[in-house]
Amino acid sequence: MLGRKLLLCAGLLPAVAAAVEGPLSVLDPAGPAAREAALLWWWMLLVAVPVWALVCGLWLCASRRSPTAARTGQQSSGLRWLLFGGVLLPGASIAALLAWGIPAGQRMAYADASPPTLTIEVTARQWQWDVHYPDNGLRLIDTLYLPAGEVVEIRIGSADVIHSFWIPRLGGKMDAVPGRLHRLRLRADTPGEYHGQCAEYCGIDHAFMRLRVQVLPRQAFAAWMEAAR
Amino acid sequence: MSGATPAEGLHAELDAAWANGRGWRAPVTVSHGALGLRFMYTGMGFFLFGGLLAMLMRAQLALPGRVFMPPDVYAQVFTLHGSVMMFLFATPVMEGLAVYLLPKMLGARDLVFPRLSAFGYWCYLFGGLILISSLFLGVAPDGGWFMYPPLTGAQYSPGPNTDIWLIGITFVEISAVSAGVELAVSILYARAPGMSLDRMPLFAWYILVMALMIIAGFPPLILGSVLLELERAAGLPFFDPTRGGDPVLWQHLFWLFGHPEVYIIFLPAAGIVSTLVPVFARHPPVGYRAVVVAVISTGFISFGLWVHHMFAVGMPLLSQAFFSASSMLVAIPTGVQVFSWLATLWRGRPVAHVPMLWLGGFLFIFVAGGLTGVMLALVPFDLQVHDTQFVVAHLHYVLVGGMLFPLIAGLYYWLPHFSGRMPSLALGRCGFWLVFIGFNLGFLVMHWTGLLGMPRRVHTYASGLGWDLPNLLSSMGAFVMAAGVACVLADLLLHARYGPPAPPDPWGADTLEWAMPTPPAAYNFVSLPTVSSRHPLWDQPDLASRLLRGEGLLPGAPGGRRETLGCDPVSGEARSVIVLPGNTWLPFAAAAVIAIVCIALLMKIYIAAAIAAAAALCILFHWSWQNGVHPLPGDAAPSGLPLHVLAADGPGLRGMGLTLVADGALYLSLLFGWFYLWVVPPSAVALLCRNGGLWASGSSASLLLLAAAVCATGAALVLRGSACRLRRGESRHLSAGMLAATVFCVVAAVALAIAWSGAGLVPAVDARDAAAAVVLGCNLVHLLLAAIVLALQVARVRCGRVGAHAPYEPRVAGLLCGYNALALWAAWVALVPFPQAWGGT
Repeated sequence: MLGRKLLLCAGLLPAVAAAVEGPLSVLDPAGPAAREAALLWWWMLLVAVPVWALVCGLWLCASRRSPTAARTGQQSSGLRWLLFGGVLLPGASIAALLAWGIPAGQRMAYADASPPTLTIEVTARQWQWDVHYPDNGLRLIDTLYLPAGEVVEIRIGSADVIHSFWIPRLGGKMDAVPGRLHRLRLRADTPGEYHGQCAEYCGIDHAFMRLRVQVLPRQAFAAWMEAAR
Repeated sequence: MSGATPAEGLHAELDAAWANGRGWRAPVTVSHGALGLRFMYTGMGFFLFGGLLAMLMRAQLALPGRVFMPPDVYAQVFTLHGSVMMFLFATPVMEGLAVYLLPKMLGARDLVFPRLSAFGYWCYLFGGLILISSLFLGVAPDGGWFMYPPLTGAQYSPGPNTDIWLIGITFVEISAVSAGVELAVSILYARAPGMSLDRMPLFAWYILVMALMIIAGFPPLILGSVLLELERAAGLPFFDPTRGGDPVLWQHLFWLFGHPEVYIIFLPAAGIVSTLVPVFARHPPVGYRAVVVAVISTGFISFGLWVHHMFAVGMPLLSQAFFSASSMLVAIPTGVQVFSWLATLWRGRPVAHVPMLWLGGFLFIFVAGGLTGVMLALVPFDLQVHDTQFVVAHLHYVLVGGMLFPLIAGLYYWLPHFSGRMPSLALGRCGFWLVFIGFNLGFLVMHWTGLLGMPRRVHTYASGLGWDLPNLLSSMGAFVMAAGVACVLADLLLHARYGPPAPPDPWGADTLEWAMPTPPAAYNFVSLPTVSSRHPLWDQPDLASRLLRGEGLLPGAPGGRRETLGCDPVSGEARSVIVLPGNTWLPFAAAAVIAIVCIALLMKIYIAAAIAAAAALCILFHWSWQNGVHPLPGDAAPSGLPLHVLAADGPGLRGMGLTLVADGALYLSLLFGWFYLWVVPPSAVALLCRNGGLWASGSSASLLLLAAAVCATGAALVLRGSACRLRRGESRHLSAGMLAATVFCVVAAVALAIAWSGAGLVPAVDARDAAAAVVLGCNLVHLLLAAIVLALQVARVRCGRVGAHAPYEPRVAGLLCGYNALALWAAWVALVPFPQAWGGT
């Protein structure tokens, strides 16, 4: 059973490796926040697979032993299994995960970074993203320009239903909820084109509610802002 | 076989008393065996329907840019797939299994409220049919199974789609809550003598926790559905941010239900595993008490982690960390159970059978799903994969792995019990491997689709995003899995005709459901067992034949009565003989009329809805009038135990108590909504000074509310006094006392109604006024209900149905009155001092 499963995984590996670099791939990070999340994923996978194999292996071993192989005269109550496997194993994993994950969450939110100098307002509506640069009054639709290497603050609101603002290669998502203004800090490391996608079901054209993100080098961005003024 | 003739006499006597309705009288059946099977057949039907919808979705997503279903149809399909699988398959089928098995496992003849089981079944069937028929009319719900407003509000979903979900699902929930009450009371109060809590089969523990979770967990969703329907139909703006509401309130109410729901589905399945593993390992479960503690703590923890479905709605990092930790905490009790199964298997002498194959599949898949669950609980990672195909893959790993696999293991295990025949080994194995391989191909790959950024609920996708191959593989896997389901189905159908007859206790099990001939008679046991250990059949191998010879307790059905034993909830000592009601049309009629109410509401014919609702009330009160009038024994039962209605402490009292707990959970959710609307919505500040009506202390409205609370307290005290005197055997002035309590309730209701109309509430303009109106309305309904109940009590006292000889009912009514008093005081605190303290006026 295990062999078959491993074979299955191995068969898929090349396909997965080729596809890790998708334009919306979480595993192809292009900013510190997304990198943090991707790193978390790989580490968690690395720990989870042996744990999974251990539990499944124990099940297979236990259920395949021939009835005669059962040891007789065992006196321990078996509670050690529960203590080690049921309490200590998950307990330690959770502690380690939280010890890493909670600070990682702080870093991903750029909570300790100095206040961003650039603020962009994004209003979601069925089915488009209205982008507004308060600094120069520029308004764009479905297109977002960002400077490279700089933390920017995006203020996310909604004009109708709930949407979710998400640029997978730059960082986590943030819901756009009518009546609320959410702040999301993002940083892109290198110039280039990125993609965003609405992540909360928002009606029939949800699948097509995309955002094109253009990251410019810092000077080029300043020039673009100036030109648009 | 010296005792054959008397045993056959007993059998005939029992058959006459317990026979189910046949042919056109089938709806009158109330016995748990027939109803449990109906629940399961119906659940399976809905499962196939939901599976068909899944196939449609996978066909659409197999290739990029392929759209044979337009987005609106696709939205209906995915919404209905989720809703059908959660509400019409997973929960009811598990309840059905529990309804079928529990009395048998606990050594009883039936559940304690047989008519309530029947009522629940009909509500479930009719509600489910309303829901799925909407797809064929092209107006199926289309907002996703969690129905987030404002998308599901009147502005963005003007059609009847959302109403069908809200009303249909609420109708189905009646069935869930009634099953919850029924199962919890039966487990606690109707077990075989000697079966102390400590000797109860683990399955019963799991179902007990599930039932209590249903009682506390479903009301928030019922409340949410009522509020959203009121917003849609009457314009009360609970979730509208422009009028002081907040769409996130819906998410809190939904997930306050939604996360416990996951464990409500998983726990019974884990109960199946905990039942089967010891049987096939030929070894008692390792760590019985640890498992019980783990199950109970799972129940508690599951109410403290709903927010992990909402990490992306913008909340403080601190509360994210709290809910992240509490979500991971649930891994510990789950780990205890998994390692108890492993240890049991390891220390036993396992034998391989088809059910074990499914249990192995369960372990492989569920553990993987649990591990991704821990990953998802970590906020920084969740923010990346939330609402993507990764979550879809995760939830199918835990729900299909954690619920469907154990369920099928259980079906194979209990199949000989249902039909008296054995399933086929070849088809069973073939079905398992197809489902296992297909499932993993379909959903393992889907994790990667999600990591590659594919959101859930998209009806199509562009090529070139790296999603093409994984989606194709997922679709192929889904169809392989469907072929496996077809194999299992064929096996289940064929075995009923061609399966070899099953020997008694074919698996060498330890629990009492195998201490009867299979398929079982409607009354389960010719005579009832006495239990002296956790594994009655392992320790008393001749138990089945002794019971069949009538050598146990309460043999036969003297006087044509349906009898079972009531017990002490902790020690399991026999306390009373419970006489159960027989076949009746009432449950079917009540559910059918409520179905008419729902349909009339959906068609917005409110007059018809009101008439049907009045008819439903009449049927239900007629039903309550019938209580306690089933044939009474002329003399005490031979066992010397009192009859439950004469014992002043019967299942009805506990049933009322648990129903009021459910009611209280609903009311607390409502108060939660009220406080939430004051504290949370950003727009609340602007509305702060709008109204000074009710909330000003000393205003006539607030004084009237206080008066209502005082009157309701008066009613509760009068009833308490009457009940106490009755227990001492004094019945003088009983009728007058009841009348006084009725008057108190009516006065309280009138005061409340005047307070409501005089408070100057503007529910259509301000969400908090709307919430206040619902708080008052909810109390008003309860007061009127209590007034009717008490008026009926006056009549029953005068008819001689209640009195010193039958002191039971005033206590039951007293619980309702006590609840009303508490609820009104809570309303007063919430509506008068709280807003002032918050700075409202």
